[in-house]
Order: sequence, then C-alpha cells, then structure tokens
Amino acid sequence: MKPQIFALVPLLLFIGLVALVAVPLLRGTDPAKPESPMIGRAAPAAALPPALAGVQGFAPAEISGKPAVINFFASWCVPCQAEQPFLARMAREYGIAIYGVNYKDKPAALAPWLQKHGNPFTAIGADADGRAAIDWGVYGVPETFVIDSAGIIRLRHVGPVTAAEYEKIFAPLLAEMKK
Amino acid sequence: MIIELGHFALVLAFFLALLQAAVPLVGAAQNRRSWMVFARQTAWSSLGLCTIAFVALMHAYALSDFSVKNVVENSHTLKPLLYKLAGTWGNHEGSMLLWVWMLSFWGAMVAERGKNLPATLQARALGFQAMVTAGFMLFVLAASNPFTRIDPAPPEGFGLNPVLQDPALAIHPPFLYAGYVGFSVAFCFAMAALLEKKIDAVWAGFLRPWVLAAWAALTVGIALGSIWAYYELGWGGFWFWDPVENAALMPWLSGTALLHCLSVLEKRGAMKNWTIFLAILSFSLSLLGAFLVRSGVLTSVHAFALDPARGVFLLALLGLATGGALFLYALRAPYIRGAALFRPFSRETVLLLNNVFLFAAAATVFMGTLYPLFMSALGLGSVSVGAPYYAAVLLPMLLPFMAMMGLAPAMPWRAGKPRTTLKRFAAPLLLTLGAGAVLFFSPLPSTPVVMVSMLGALWVVLTLGQDVLRKAGSLRGFLYLPARYYGMVLAHAGFALIVAGAAGATQAHSEEIRWMAAGDRLRVAGYELVMLNAVSDIGPNFNRDKAVFSVRNLADSAADTEYFFMTPEKRWYPESEKATSEAALSLRGFDMLYAVLGDEDEKSASPRFVLRVYYHPLIALLFAGAGFIALGGVLSMLPPRAARARKKEAQA
Repeated sequence: MKPQIFALVPLLLFIGLVALVAVPLLRGTDPAKPESPMIGRAAPAAALPPALAGVQGFAPAEISGKPAVINFFASWCVPCQAEQPFLARMAREYGIAIYGVNYKDKPAALAPWLQKHGNPFTAIGADADGRAAIDWGVYGVPETFVIDSAGIIRLRHVGPVTAAEYEKIFAPLLAEMKK
Repeated sequence: MIIELGHFALVLAFFLALLQAAVPLVGAAQNRRSWMVFARQTAWSSLGLCTIAFVALMHAYALSDFSVKNVVENSHTLKPLLYKLAGTWGNHEGSMLLWVWMLSFWGAMVAERGKNLPATLQARALGFQAMVTAGFMLFVLAASNPFTRIDPAPPEGFGLNPVLQDPALAIHPPFLYAGYVGFSVAFCFAMAALLEKKIDAVWAGFLRPWVLAAWAALTVGIALGSIWAYYELGWGGFWFWDPVENAALMPWLSGTALLHCLSVLEKRGAMKNWTIFLAILSFSLSLLGAFLVRSGVLTSVHAFALDPARGVFLLALLGLATGGALFLYALRAPYIRGAALFRPFSRETVLLLNNVFLFAAAATVFMGTLYPLFMSALGLGSVSVGAPYYAAVLLPMLLPFMAMMGLAPAMPWRAGKPRTTLKRFAAPLLLTLGAGAVLFFSPLPSTPVVMVSMLGALWVVLTLGQDVLRKAGSLRGFLYLPARYYGMVLAHAGFALIVAGAAGATQAHSEEIRWMAAGDRLRVAGYELVMLNAVSDIGPNFNRDKAVFSVRNLADSAADTEYFFMTPEKRWYPESEKATSEAALSLRGFDMLYAVLGDEDEKSASPRFVLRVYYHPLIALLFAGAGFIALGGVLSMLPPRAARARKKEAQA
C-alpha cells in the first residue's frame, strides 16, 4: 500500500466512529432511559399477597380483560408521596384501575402512610423481598406500568406521574386501548 | 456582581482565544515575528482571565450564593467548607470551567517554557492550543454556563450528595483533568510539527516532560478514583470497567505508549509518524472520554450530565479537533521519514513491541467501552460488556508485555551484542523460574493468573534491580545515574506492584456473608470477628446504624493475642434522602480486611445485620504501585544534571 493511502486510514476509521456515535444522538432517543425489554411482553404472572390486612392482593391473572395501571411504590419513597394526589385523581376522575405493588415496605409503615396520603389503589400486593420488582424489570420506585386488556405491558414510566406527563404519555395510550 | 465579572472574564477570554487561534498561525506562515510573539502574551492573558472566571465561581460556592443556579443545584450550607469549594468542580458546568482553566494554564506554561523553541513551532502550537480552548470556552458559555443566576434565590441548595463528600473525590477531578488536558500540549505540538514537516530529537526532547506531567497527573487521578470506589462504594472492588473509568484508562494507555515512543524518537530518530499519531490519539481519547461521560450516550454510575444537546456539541468539538488533526496527518505523514533501521536485538525493537501491546490494550478497552454503542447504533439492542471480556483479552497480553518490560531497560540502543546482553538476563531469569517452581509446589493458591502476575512482577523487579546495580557500578555510581533513569525504574517497579496487588486482591481473596447479632462469630482468612454490639445514633447530618466488632488474628498465640476493632456503619442522610455504607477497613501488613454492614433484620427483636467481610491480600501494593508510577513520572521530568548545571552557571 502506498504511504499516502496508509495515512488516510485513521481518518476514515474516525469518520466511521463519529457516524456511529452520532446516529443514536441525533435520532433523539434518550439513552439515559433505555427502552424496557419488558414492553410488548406479557406481564409477570406471579400473584402477590395483600400488603395490608383488609386490602386485596395483586393477582395479574385476575385483572385481564381491561387495561390497567400498575404502580410500584413504597412508604419510604418521597417521590411516591408526591405522585399520590395525582394517582388519586386518576382513579377518581378518570376511573382508572390502579394496582399498587408495595416495594420493600412494612405494613406498620404503610397503613398510616395510606391514611395520610390517600389510597388510590384497587388492590395492593406486597413485594417485601423485591422479587416482583426484578420480574418486572423495575429499578427504583416509583415506576408505573400500563398493561392492555390482553395483559401485555405497553408502557413503562420511571419516576412520579405528573398531570402533564399523564396527558402526554398515558392518556393517548389509554384512549387508544379503549377503542 | 462577582459572578458577572467571572462571566465577563470568560467571554473576553473566548475572544482572546479566537485571536490567538488565528494571528500566530498566520504570523508563522508569513514569518512575522511580532505576530508570533503575540501568542505568548495572549496565552498569559487567557490564563489570567480564566483564573478570574474560576475564582468567581469558587467564591460563590464558598459563600453559598444561592442566587447562582449552579450553586443551588450543587451546594448546601451544611457542607463543610472543603466540600463547598470542591463543589465548584463537582458538577458538569463547573468541571467544564475547570477544564477550560486547565487548557489555558497549560497554554501559558508552553508560552513560558517554550521560549527556546523555534519561534514558528511555538507559535503554531499555541495557535492550535487556542483553537481547542476557544471550542471549550464556547461550549461552557453556550451550553454549560455555570454563571446563570436564578430569581428568586432559594434559601437553601439541594446539592448534598453524601457519597461524593470525600477527600479523595474532592481532589480527584483536578488531577484527572490536568492529565486529560495536559495531553493537549502533545496534540498541539504534533499538529505544529506536521505543519513544519519537521519532527526531530529536539521536538521529542521538548515534548517529553509535558507528556510526563500530564501522564503522572492522570495516574494520580485514576488512582484516587479507584481508591474512592474501593472504600466508599462498599462493593469491595477497586475497578469496575465502568465507561467513566475506561475513559480515563484509554488516554493513560495511549499516553504510556507515547512516552516510550518519544524516547525512541529522541535517541534514535525513529517511529516519527507513529509518535505523531499517538500524540493525536492520546488527546483525542481524552476528548472522547469527556464526550462519553458528559453526553450520556453510555449510561454509567458516574455520569452526571445527561443532555443530548451537550452531547452533540461535544461530538462536534471532538469531530473538529480529531478529524482536523487526522486530516492534517493524512496529508503530511507520508512525507515524514524516520531513520527506520530496526535491528532485532535492540532496545527500540523491544519498545516497538511494547507499543504494540499498549496500543492493543487501549484498543481492547475502546472496543469494550463502545461496544454497547455500536450495538445500539446498529439496532441490535442494549448490551453491556463486563470484566470477563477484559480479563479474557488483556490477561494473555500481560505475560509478553511484562517479559519485555524487564528486557527493555537493560537492552542497548541500536544493535546489541546478543551474547553479552543475554548474560545480563540469566540471573533474573533463573531466580524467576526458581520462584515459579517454589510457588507451584507451595500450598499457596497458584492459578495460572496468579503465577503469571506474580512471576511477571518478580521478573520486572529483578531485572530492574540488576540493571541499576550494573549501571551504577560502584556505590558512588548510584549518585551519578540520572533522575530520569530512576524515574523509569520507579515507574516500572510501580507497574509490577500493581500487577502483584491486583492478582492478590482479585485471585486470592476470601469473602464471607452472614447474619450477625451480638455475640456471633465469623471467621475469614485466619481472622475472627466477634460482634460486640450494634448502636443506632445520630451524627451531624445523618442517622446511622453502627456495629462494633472485635477482631483477632487466629494465628496469634493465646498469650499475646492482639484485638482490634472494626466498626462498619450504615448511614441515612435525611436531607438528601440517601443511604451510604461506610465500610470498615483495616490494613494488615499489605492485606486489607474489609467489612460492610448490610440490611438489618426487621423481624428480629435484637439488632441483627447482614455482614459482608472481604479479605484482599496485597491490595496495598496496588495503590502504592500507582503512587510509584506517578512519582516516577515526576522524577523523569527533572532535567539532566548537565542542563541543571548550565542553568546554575547562567544564573550566577
């Protein structure tokens, strides 16, 4: 090979590298939030025992037939507290069934917390050892999932649900699924 | 007001950098002396202005001026003053300002120390340095402005991340950045030399201390980060092949290769193109590191500024700097000829081979770090590459690499006489093989990895020792060996220590995990831990669970058993809602006993905790080795005795 061509190799390799890196950047996908591999799959079927005396446990098998929202939360989690009023509004005003999964929590802490911040949940399953969170691919609370009537996970939302995010992300999906 | 002054100083510095990027280069092309000297003046003014900008921000941190957005987001009145000040560079905007300051600092140093260089070479190098600086100044001003005000000013800031409040971490970024940015000097001199079409021993000799300084600072920066991860994260590991760690390791490997090339170029006038290429590569990898960490294209536990707009900006900077440099390289490199006559039995040949390994190691880390990115760009999903990959690729390279590391210092330049040279290695080789036999038949753990690492380290140390003795000749002779030579010895010995320490800590470690309540005993690696009690109390700004263990070495006889205490803690910082684990570390000789308090058993009436205990043999060697390397780098920077004497005479 001629030296002239040989000296071009680093430049060409570099251009290739920049192109590869630029693709995901310019495509606008937020790399900090990788698409959950759970989306499009059936929700984990494991039933969870009631988190408190007097509430229903969370059994994914029993809720099929209509879309549902599943919210992973804990009484020790402050963002969960922040989204609680809005979850209550979702349940009350929009008539959405929200199923809670109480992540690594204690009944003694949960009961007064629900009394103070309201209980928007149709049922609350206990995930005391965090196993359900692993099955669902949750890496922190709060996280919120939407499953469709066939029990397929359609959306995963990390962090508290706000009114604006509800309008932008949840509402269109829920409306589409109702059709 | 002071903040606005800082902002203004940075804007001024930006325009000054634009001038410095144009005037000296034109001056050098047209051979106008005053235009070239202009670069020296602007380099100093730029340093002054950047210092004003940086001190202004630091001042806001010291006073907790919460009308500055950056301070609100990253500081808190409860922080001790040291961490308030360190907070200046503990965030994205501030750290980029530090980066800019470092660039201008190195620029001013080049302006000062390079007065004896050919005027055109210095002017061109400073011109390129100003281009890089201007790019980063624009990035700070346009996309990461730390001087933005916030109105109304909140009464309290929310930056109180307890994990980051640590002395090692407070001084880690300045060292790291001094290293990253220090490679810009090599980069700019490589570009200037390409323009001049002249790469010679003078050029290499001038560049060497700059590369050494950057490289030593980078070594310290990496070591501090690793030490911090070791004791603060509580995972019992010191290197996680995290993208952020790799981002620092790549320029280090490339910079190490560059250093050795500069020696060859200085002594033998060979490997010119390769040296230029490594100079471009080292700084480009630093830029790539900045881009990877700051753009968030790779998620990492350390990443703290995930903003795609910034990513695009940094990618553009990287593309312009590296793309421009490689373009110039493609144009000019074919016309640069080295005195490439490599005899097989010479030091330059061994150094060339070592270069191949260093480059291969850098390429390995590069591939491993960017692999997830390639996969996602090609739409093949998210994957991550872990320690097994690096171990599988890098470990086989270690043996030949260390073999040559032992050979190189004792090899003569040009053509050596095989017979006399080989004799020098007879004693170290026999000793190493003998030690290998002993290790193999001893009860100590002797996996292939341990064997290779320990014997490789021993071989390096023995050959170094033999070489020092031979070169010194007599007792007086030790005094006459140059500082540069001792620097090399120290750095190579440091590398051997790192290899030995890493092998001990990762291959021969013990680990125990168990539920522990008061009175329970746990044995690990010949030590016995007895849990005395557990206390919950309240610290200055945290609540904690603390368990007290009394520990003794089982090998001690009953009469003179020495007890010592270990108190691992679990802290909860209500202000920032963060939990941290304060591991208890106890150095036993070169080994480390390491205890971490885990989850509490909520159901148990009396306090009961999960306790993880690690025993890491020889880990002290690892951290000492990094210190040796950095010290060796500094020692090698000292000018030769003759030059010092000449300077003294000139002053007298």
